[in-house]
Amino acid sequence: MANNTREMRLRIRSVQNTQQITRAMQMVASAKLHRSQERATASRPYTDEMTAVISTITQRTQGLSDPLLTPREVERVGYLLITSDQGLAGAYNANLSTAFLNDVRARDLQDPVVFVVGKKGVEFLRHRGMEPVSTVVDLPDYPSFHDVSEIAEQAVQLFLDHAYDALYLVYSKFVNTLVQRPTIQPLLPLTDLPQQQGGHGPKAEILYEPSAEEVLAALLPRYARTLIFNAVLEAKASEQAARMVAMKNATDNAQELIEQLQLQYNKARQAAITTQIVEISGGAEALRAMQQ
Amino acid sequence: MSLRVEVVTPDRPVYRADAKMVIARGVVGELGILPHHVPLVTELRIAPLRVIKEEGNDELAVHGGFLEVDGERLIVLAETAEQPNEIDVARAQEAYERAQETLRSPEADEAARAEAQRALQRAEVRLRVAGAQHHSA
Repeated sequence: MANNTREMRLRIRSVQNTQQITRAMQMVASAKLHRSQERATASRPYTDEMTAVISTITQRTQGLSDPLLTPREVERVGYLLITSDQGLAGAYNANLSTAFLNDVRARDLQDPVVFVVGKKGVEFLRHRGMEPVSTVVDLPDYPSFHDVSEIAEQAVQLFLDHAYDALYLVYSKFVNTLVQRPTIQPLLPLTDLPQQQGGHGPKAEILYEPSAEEVLAALLPRYARTLIFNAVLEAKASEQAARMVAMKNATDNAQELIEQLQLQYNKARQAAITTQIVEISGGAEALRAMQQ
Repeated sequence: MSLRVEVVTPDRPVYRADAKMVIARGVVGELGILPHHVPLVTELRIAPLRVIKEEGNDELAVHGGFLEVDGERLIVLAETAEQPNEIDVARAQEAYERAQETLRSPEADEAARAEAQRALQRAEVRLRVAGAQHHSA
């Protein structure tokens, strides 16, 4: 009996230690989530201004065309899969991989061109016997544009080189702290450019240097890169949120386990004490009987 | 009447000020922009952006991008833009020397040369902008 209670005490201690770690990870993820969201907010003005300029050009200038705007017959498809480097984030990476695979199956694609951000995605692809054309791993928690500019540039360039005729972003949309939705977002060609009502500034004719077409041609690849960067920032926020929730669940489960074990331990301890008392009083009773 | 100047990058807004005049280098040529300039959008070269204010001037390293002006607001959209105090001078110096070396080397192919040329420009702009701050300090 004594042995058993000792083991139970050790077990409780061990679960408590685990709980301490998961609680710490939960708090770290929560803090990182905040900063990730701040980063996403900080990049908003750039995206907004660029969107405004592009929509002004496309609205006021008729008959513009650009390879990045033109849909073509889709023979090959490219994907940019944004996953995380670390696990311990619940079903975050599994959900993304599933969404990606389902999309590949639904389109009946033989060998898509895949770009991957994050170790988890690279491992997943290799496991499936697919080799990504380009990868970015070990991104910092708060990536800067230059951490992803190279892969983004390559993804746009290969579309222009006809390596694929459509490019999809696969990443986790941040809905709120509890909900992150794996999303397949068509990126190229840029068919649904945002239309801004009215734009800003006076309605006067705008001067473009060197010309509207050339400015647009220079803007669009940058715009596509910005969208990729924004997706990475959003994915980072999702990752932290997923980790935070996963760690909160782990902490709660640990708590439940500790309470159960504690109850068992108390019962066992109580039983041991009762047995001892019974033994002692039984012994005392026997002694008294002998004395009489 | 002044120009509201904003410089934004994908990472964050970098700079904001009210200016009397802004001097930038567009792909077509040097631009001096005063308040009430006609609406204009131009692609920028890798060059310093000079902001002339009521009191004192500012200079930023702007590595290409776009300038948009509508008469009252002037916005620079750049993938990289830095204020003088944000520039890592040692790194720029290193990049400068590395680029020069590539340009001197006979093995460098066309693409490597073009890339080195751009790296050289970026380093030059960084050093110039950072240097301007050292003089005034």
